[in-house]
Amino acid sequence: MQGHRTPLKLRLASATALACAHLAWCVNAAPFIPSDDAQVLERLPSRSVAEFRDLKALQAAAAKAPAELAPALALASAYVRASRVEGDPRFLGYAQAALARWWKDPQAPTPVLVLRATILQSSHEFDPAVVDLDTVLQREPGNAQALLTRATVLTVQGKFAPARADCTRLANVAPSIYAVICTAAIDAMTGNASAAQASVQTALQSMSRVDAAARNWGETLLGEIAHRGGDAAAEAHFTAALAADDTDLYAMAAYADWLLDQGRPAEVAALLKDRARVDILLLRLALAQQALKVPEATNSIQTLRARFDASHARGDTVHLRENARFELSLNGDARSALRYAVDNQKVQREAADLRVLAESAAATNDAAALDMVRRWLDDTRIEYPAVAAIARSARLPTEGAALPAPPAPGATPTKPATPGVKPGVKPAVKP
Amino acid sequence: MRRWLIASTLMLLAWALPAIAHKPSDSYITLNVDGDTVAGQWDIALRDLDFALGLDANQDGDITWGEVKAKQADIDAYALSRLRLGPAGAPCPASATGHLIDNHSDGAYAVIRFSATCAAAPKSLAVGYRLFFDIDPQHRGLLRLEYQGDTRAGIFSADTPDQSFTLGALSKWQQFLDYGNEGIWHIWTGFDHILFLLSLLLPAVLVRSTIPGQRWEPAASFADTFWDVVKVVTAFTLAHSITLSLAALGVVTLPSRLVESAIALSVVLAALNNLWPVVYRKRWLIAFCFGLIHGFGFASVLADLGLPQESLLIALVAFNLGVEVGQLAIVGVFLPVAYALRGSAFYQRGVFLLGSAAIALVAVVWLVQRAFNLKIIGG
Repeated sequence: MQGHRTPLKLRLASATALACAHLAWCVNAAPFIPSDDAQVLERLPSRSVAEFRDLKALQAAAAKAPAELAPALALASAYVRASRVEGDPRFLGYAQAALARWWKDPQAPTPVLVLRATILQSSHEFDPAVVDLDTVLQREPGNAQALLTRATVLTVQGKFAPARADCTRLANVAPSIYAVICTAAIDAMTGNASAAQASVQTALQSMSRVDAAARNWGETLLGEIAHRGGDAAAEAHFTAALAADDTDLYAMAAYADWLLDQGRPAEVAALLKDRARVDILLLRLALAQQALKVPEATNSIQTLRARFDASHARGDTVHLRENARFELSLNGDARSALRYAVDNQKVQREAADLRVLAESAAATNDAAALDMVRRWLDDTRIEYPAVAAIARSARLPTEGAALPAPPAPGATPTKPATPGVKPGVKPAVKP
Repeated sequence: MRRWLIASTLMLLAWALPAIAHKPSDSYITLNVDGDTVAGQWDIALRDLDFALGLDANQDGDITWGEVKAKQADIDAYALSRLRLGPAGAPCPASATGHLIDNHSDGAYAVIRFSATCAAAPKSLAVGYRLFFDIDPQHRGLLRLEYQGDTRAGIFSADTPDQSFTLGALSKWQQFLDYGNEGIWHIWTGFDHILFLLSLLLPAVLVRSTIPGQRWEPAASFADTFWDVVKVVTAFTLAHSITLSLAALGVVTLPSRLVESAIALSVVLAALNNLWPVVYRKRWLIAFCFGLIHGFGFASVLADLGLPQESLLIALVAFNLGVEVGQLAIVGVFLPVAYALRGSAFYQRGVFLLGSAAIALVAVVWLVQRAFNLKIIGG
């Protein structure tokens, strides 16, 4: 069965994309000629943010010496920072272009490899990112950035043993707070949430060298652990995380999720009202608006749908988790949600991925997927009472039901051949 | 360099954490081919044009219609010089015919309407797309090509900037051939299907012996053998066509691990049935029952290929026919050879008994690796 060939797939894929592409087009079928020259058509990201201030100078420096590594690296780094602040993947493309001369070289200079890995993992290309980081760490076993990035990528992939080894090695080359949080993030996923909580809390209080970024990361982690454990302290942690870095979109999304679970959608709407550009925040905003039963919900849902359609049309599968949640909670299509959730957990295995899988499995009463959830809980021993309750309450699977197994921690993920995660060959999915 | 190192330490965390993306850069291009004329509409995000050309003249962060209009000639020149219609030797030159604005889900887009005239009506349209790839290699151009009521789609990326689209009736035919070809290859390279079919066909040239102690003897007439083969092949075909269609249309779905394991099991049982016959006269029944399972296997391949919604039926029928053609080719080779050799010890012991045992063994390994998700040998 594995014997079928692939090349034709791409040719056929273009035909497949058609249905989706249609939808992407259909949403905006009415081009117009503005009546007033002063009419504002588009607002660009604020130029006053530190990340953008230096861009012009860096662009000029890189353009002046296109063969030199240093200005290219400086420019690419600035773009990567901008992509974080704006949540706009365009900047990752700009960063890639800045490194074009070295982009395809597997033995590129070490700082290029580190940046390339960062850009790749940002597009959820985890395996190629790890390959680059492996190369870096063969050259420089003590490269802190590479260790930390690889540890977090492996953690996201659910490969906890090698991730833990990287965190341990990080302790020797970076401020210890990084190693503490790095390890705690794994503990929190593998049945040691209270130990994780204690170590991060102690470290944040007692360590002298805690910068804002580390505080933000640590508090976000504490907030997520408290959220899963049903501990109201989550709010203080998320607030502290955002106080340390008020541009952190991830912390915003995590906080919004907590508020939504607490039945406080009005605060979510207030928190995210100017953040509709960022898909994952628009998703939370739409959930809040739906809970509040305000008319804006319709528009937000339509926009999200159009963005997912557009992303399918270009063959992207970066947003599987959000796509699953959208289908489940906003679009009322649990079957599609489950498809995305199952595809997603082959790539990403964070707590949020487990939750959306469990909720979609319960909504469709899919025995195979519920079994997948149980196995996840059993294998990792992750403490997630809400998910465990879903797994318990859903009916037991039929005897001998076989199903695609999630990759065991440490196993190579079975990325290819699954249409859902392969760019360009995604089957048409009706929203 | 020093400065970068310091900066990188500060960014240590932010970089390591997973990204939170919003919609990346796409442009939408529609081409309508009519004779030697191509009418087009191209939607390009203002944000992208601003990055490339600097639309925001007064640097206030707002792009106004006035600012766009002032740069219109630059935009046209920039965009249209990066789009080639027609072959490299004789491109169809394009010029802008209208300028509008449209709001997509992620912001405002400049809409360029244009028209291109080719030297002759193209039979297939070559499109070369180079917009933004130099400044944003993650940019994509999403094409919709319309020709005589037929619509096709294409995705241009930095790695695939040149594509050619066959126009009109031929494209449906081409699609049919593509899927048919894929079906043929699938049965030829899908060893589990071949072995299943062979296991059921191996005994077709033999009959159960009436002599005690001897289990098989050569079939007396080719006609009997032929009809036996026809029954088995038809039953298998009918069964997998049913489930392939049901699965492809989304009526029934089964977990792929279950399907793959059951297919392996079917091969094991079919092969063992030759060594210790349980079903003989009614092997077509085995072919039918297990054929239902094999159909689900074919469907997962078809799903991998992607089913074009607008020509679902063509793809389905073509793929199925491809599978049948591939299957008939195998039968066509097998039957005369097996019939000629049926009386020999080589066939009766070597091919039939040892062959069946070998098939059963291979299939057991498949079964174990598929059911328990192990990697032992390629299957």
